[in-house]
Amino acid sequence: MGTLQNLGARHPIGTLVVLVLVVALAWLIFAPWPPGLEQALGRKRIFLNAILSGITLGALYFLVASGFTLVFGLMRNVNLAHGSLYLLGGYIGYGVVDATGYWLLAFPVVFVVVGALGLLLQHQVFRRMEGEELRQTLVTIGISIVLADLMLWYWGGQSYQVQSPQWLSGPTTLPFVSAVRSDGQAVYLSYPLIRIAILFAAIVIGLGMWFVLNRSRLGMLIRAGVDDRDILAASGVRIQYVFLAVFAFGAGLAGIAGIIGGTFQSLSPGEDTRFLLASLVVVIVGGMGSIPGAALGAVIIGLAEQIGLVYAPTYSVVFTFLIMAVVLAFRPQGLLGARR
Amino acid sequence: MADVLPRSEPGRLIVLERIPPAAWVLGVLLLAMPAFASNFVLYQIFGWSFILGMIALSLMVLAGYGGMVSLIQMTVAALAGYVVAILGTSGVPQISLGWPWWLHIPLAIVIAMLFGTLVGALAVRTEGIYTIMITLAIAAAFFYFTRQNYGIFNGYTGFNNVIPPRWFDIDWRQSVPFYYLTLACATLSYLAVVWIGRTPFGLALQGVRDNPRRMSALGFSVTAHRILAYTFASVIAAFGGILLVWQNAQVVPGTAGIPQVIDILVIAVVGGLRRPIGPFIGAFIYAILSVFSSDILHAIGMSGERFKLVVGLGFLAVVGFSPDGVLGLWDRYQARRETNRDALLGGRR
Repeated sequence: MGTLQNLGARHPIGTLVVLVLVVALAWLIFAPWPPGLEQALGRKRIFLNAILSGITLGALYFLVASGFTLVFGLMRNVNLAHGSLYLLGGYIGYGVVDATGYWLLAFPVVFVVVGALGLLLQHQVFRRMEGEELRQTLVTIGISIVLADLMLWYWGGQSYQVQSPQWLSGPTTLPFVSAVRSDGQAVYLSYPLIRIAILFAAIVIGLGMWFVLNRSRLGMLIRAGVDDRDILAASGVRIQYVFLAVFAFGAGLAGIAGIIGGTFQSLSPGEDTRFLLASLVVVIVGGMGSIPGAALGAVIIGLAEQIGLVYAPTYSVVFTFLIMAVVLAFRPQGLLGARR
Repeated sequence: MADVLPRSEPGRLIVLERIPPAAWVLGVLLLAMPAFASNFVLYQIFGWSFILGMIALSLMVLAGYGGMVSLIQMTVAALAGYVVAILGTSGVPQISLGWPWWLHIPLAIVIAMLFGTLVGALAVRTEGIYTIMITLAIAAAFFYFTRQNYGIFNGYTGFNNVIPPRWFDIDWRQSVPFYYLTLACATLSYLAVVWIGRTPFGLALQGVRDNPRRMSALGFSVTAHRILAYTFASVIAAFGGILLVWQNAQVVPGTAGIPQVIDILVIAVVGGLRRPIGPFIGAFIYAILSVFSSDILHAIGMSGERFKLVVGLGFLAVVGFSPDGVLGLWDRYQARRETNRDALLGGRR
């Protein structure tokens, strides 16, 4: 964490700006708003809701994008079928929940099934064209076209929603003051419990990934592979197994994200490209191949999308795009990406 | 890389002699096509494949000459179509300005060119597969933006009734005039691409593709060549986009939706990215498949809606077995015949 302490010394102005922004945001979230601000920005409840939805959406984006970025960082494989894996996971999860009624059961089933599909893809397809990055990418495009049509064939064009379990439905109260009543009593924000659970789950998964990557032997191999694949292979590591593990994990994670997305949004044809696009933008903004970058990018994009949706509905997409363009123009490797 | 033939000084007719016989046959066949093909075939299959071929050709310029696989070409084309609809006449009079064709068509080309150049300037900051991701993301942003924006792009409904102007008092949306119009545009863009491949700029671009570091050591600006390639490709894509809008008489966000953006890549790859004729071959195959797929699928007892499945599987087969497309298959067939024929080498190697 030495770099963090040096940050203030190296970029005094940038650090100050970030600090001021963080404090301002914290004030906006925790303090009751004066009437003037309410007039300018609308009700505080709306603002808080936009922030929270942005963060939960960011959590979902993180789950999808982290597998994508991990696969990319290690194998240099832009898996454009990643969105299809997301949608497939969602559909299978819907099927499992519909048949058994256990929401939690869907997670291991989907993780195993979609992860196995990932294993199959890596072992049968991508391994055969190793080093040919463009060709691998083209193959993933072909796979995404085929998968999209097969899913349309089997599940049809209607939209599905995964039934959320009883114990997670309904709202919960959060310790954020959304308004103050005339008698001086503070009104606390209530928010769907399921979204809080998703946020929590994403944080746990993110921390888990961080621990595996930084504290385990497998993580050490993966990090070494990201840095220099050839030297790792030359030093006797069976890198194909590492590839298989990472690809299967990334695919499984995308599938799990599909269940979550299907629970608090919906599943329909076209969602695959939407989440593929989200993953692309998230990893471009955050930095290719970086897990913390994926987390940062996901939160930024999720917030931009939701705040844009509330305050400038027509241009919410443009915000996302502008963020991406600005990052590309000033920091092409992404916010937390390593320069190669 | 096209083989550089010796330039003989006297007589321009030499140029004509250099055209291979196959090109003559193809040219005569295409010119005489309206004599024996039905209106539907002329308009829907040939007109459409020329248009798609032009848009895919612009990708071929970037990918084949420049080594940059861009997914923005369909978006550039659609933008040109949108500008024609907005500045010219359409079925949405409250937005369309109704400017004359000599104003709105050049403007459409210029605006699409500027957009393509801007995207190119962003995309060339990254390399290889990153380019695919960034151009795809921008293309998707354009799609969602046009779908949400009602002030300029008329949102979900887009513009209908966008028709070509009546040059020489001919209705250019009739099958035969439209066929010749698209044929002429496709031929011109094909020749332009062949020509640019042999200019100093085109040769330098191919040098940049093969070894950017060496080219930059030789004093060529790698970035400038790449961005200029985007500019040139955008012009071709813009012409294709305007024709496409005229053919359908409408432009909607779905004109440059993600599937359509991907389709252009599929077409170019299936045809072959090495030479300018490849995209047209790919477009022809695509048009034939999409028009007749339901009949074929019905014939083998499947539902006619599975067109995308056929396209996807065909694309996978091409990428899997012949990464340089149908042209690559042809080249290898030729090469095998050559070695078989060669008596000095003693048959096949």
